[in-house]
Amino acid sequence: MKFQSQSVAMPYFIAALGLFVGQIIFGLIMGLQYVVGDFMFPEIPFNVARMVHTNLLIVWLLFGFMGAAYYLVPEESETELYSTKLAWVLFWTFLIAGALTIVGYLAVPYARLAELTGNDLLPTMGREFLEQPTITKVGIVIVALGFLFNLGMTVLKGRKTVINTVLMIGLVGLAVMFLFSFYNPENLVRDKFYWWYVVHLWVEGVWELILGAILAFVLIKTTGVDREVIEKWLYMIIAMALITGILGTGHHFYWIGTPEYWQWLGSIFSAMEPIPFFMMTLFAFNMVNKRRREHPNKAAVLWAMGTGVMAFLGAGVWGFLHTLAPVNYYTHGTQITASHGHMAFYGAYAMIVMSIISYAVPHMRGRIANSNKSQVTEMWGFWLMTISMVFITLFLTGAGILQVWMQRYTDTPMPFMSVQDKIAIFYWLREFAGVTFLIGLVVYLASFFVGNEQDAAEDYAKAVAKRDLEKAVAG
Amino acid sequence: MNETFTKSMARNIFYGGSVFFILVFLGLTFHTEKVLPERDHRENITPQVVLGKKVWEDNNCVGCHSILGEGAYFAPELGNVYQRFGNSTEAIKLFIKSRPAEGIPGRRSMPQFNLSEEELEAVAQFLKWTSEINTSNWPPNIQG
Ligand code: HEM
Ligand code: HEM
Ligand SMILES: [Fe+2]
Repeated sequence: MKFQSQSVAMPYFIAALGLFVGQIIFGLIMGLQYVVGDFMFPEIPFNVARMVHTNLLIVWLLFGFMGAAYYLVPEESETELYSTKLAWVLFWTFLIAGALTIVGYLAVPYARLAELTGNDLLPTMGREFLEQPTITKVGIVIVALGFLFNLGMTVLKGRKTVINTVLMIGLVGLAVMFLFSFYNPENLVRDKFYWWYVVHLWVEGVWELILGAILAFVLIKTTGVDREVIEKWLYMIIAMALITGILGTGHHFYWIGTPEYWQWLGSIFSAMEPIPFFMMTLFAFNMVNKRRREHPNKAAVLWAMGTGVMAFLGAGVWGFLHTLAPVNYYTHGTQITASHGHMAFYGAYAMIVMSIISYAVPHMRGRIANSNKSQVTEMWGFWLMTISMVFITLFLTGAGILQVWMQRYTDTPMPFMSVQDKIAIFYWLREFAGVTFLIGLVVYLASFFVGNEQDAAEDYAKAVAKRDLEKAVAG
Repeated sequence: MNETFTKSMARNIFYGGSVFFILVFLGLTFHTEKVLPERDHRENITPQVVLGKKVWEDNNCVGCHSILGEGAYFAPELGNVYQRFGNSTEAIKLFIKSRPAEGIPGRRSMPQFNLSEEELEAVAQFLKWTSEINTSNWPPNIQG
């Protein structure tokens, strides 16, 4: 760690991982409700569990992005963070606001929460992913403004780098697009239209800039490849992301009442959206191949390469699968959508956050890399979670294909609930894969506690000695 | 990537391309807004429909159901429930009203929301209006 203030990223990462655990527990509750319908009913109805699951996901990713920014912006700018104190104040504000919101979801019926928090004054609640009470949304905006101010001041006083610029554009974009969550027209069609300005233009727009910037940072640090090369890649990736992703929003405007030309525009542009994700895969593998140093943090390199591959599979391949209008006509709002949503969110955004955590946390704990034992444990966590997610995706895809076949693409469509009964086996399999995911997460978390400082130092010394020996032999 | 393709070229593609497509997207947004009234039949959005949407949101119905294919996938699509229930708002109201508070053993059940008569009528009207939006023939059939 080059600057003392970078360590403020630590609480952000800890909070992120804590909320991640909560997210998965509620995922498993819902997964069980899919097959044992009355599980926890009526104490925790499905819709409540779902809000907790998806909102925790978004909040932990935001904690992860903020932690990443607090860590890498000072290092890139070569200066201390503008205000460590502000970062701490915002940390507690965000954590408490988030925790209260989750408690609100669980403690009172949603309609009561809406009433208590004044949803009548400015109705913004009750829309997928944007279920937070309006005051929580205001809180998010305040935290985001303080955060952007803090980073902006840091960037201004320090060295300007491409990574910082791209990260800042992405974060400002994230905050700006979120403002559309306050716009809730009475006309459902217009409500849906602008809802996608938040959701799509986040994950297939500005968040890709954040993803690209963090990936570039981790690759520069672990491979030692020339900055010029990395920055050129970064620009091309984000150029393709926005060139395809902005009009790609049209793939959500096929069947919600919007004009039919969106079927053409959405299909053509979103069909190209896999390109930036494929470039990220190439980017990660190329940089690792051209590496100028053998970084002792093997786990971080694994996470970075894994992000490239899994983001491409989840967003690129599974996104393409159902993005053309004639296909989407049958798959829209089925388990196919859920399968893609899972692998894309995990492969792109969960994994990039774990990449930066993997790289940064050892530094914040005063070492270049963790001990071998710790890294091996971490890699076990990586594989368990990643393979489980592949299986979750495959099982949901299986469920989705059958659902489409029995309920949609047929002359004798069966009712929704009958189809759900028929495909229950896939939901059971998904639940088992979910349990192994949780095991993987526990193993991953355990890696932070195995192998002490001394082990880390010894393993590092060995690695350096080995490298020097190899150099001497080769030279 | 070779030497003739420089970083500043990549940067210009990023800024130029983004600005260009943002402008195109804004233009299309304006156009969509202009032609939407023909497709969404907004003339039928009565105060009751507005209240119905509010009831829909305040009870987080979208946390289990999908509407025009968006939302959750745990319970049936409701964009066309009006037709599925025989073009009857009464049938919709009756269904919502009759949900057992303790659920149905072993089955996925819908909560009892204890809606007032006014709210019931409003949400049913909201679903009726929704079912009349021109969705380019989606969903493919009555089962949603
Ligand atoms: C990391 C990037 C991505 C993430 C996190 C992501 C996530 C999601 C999620 C969560 C949904 C469901 C939204 C809802 O609840 O209604 C969704 C829908 C969709 N995504 Fe993605 N996505 C990503 C990239 C892509 C890409 C690159 C494509 C196309 C190639 C794509 C195509 C689609 C389509 C067509 C739908 C609509 C599905 C439907 O009609 O039900 N996505 N995405
Ligand atoms: C590991 C166990 C998990 C289980 C059992 C699980 C289960 C579920 C279930 C049942 C739903 C609701 C689907 C519906 O609406 O009917 C859901 C939604 C969702 N989950 Fe998970 N989940 C898990 C992990 C994850 C992870 C790791 C991520 C991302 C990193 C994630 C992201 C999402 C997203 C984005 C949605 C909304 C999808 C959409 O709207 O299409 N989940 N999950
Ligand atoms: Fe999208």
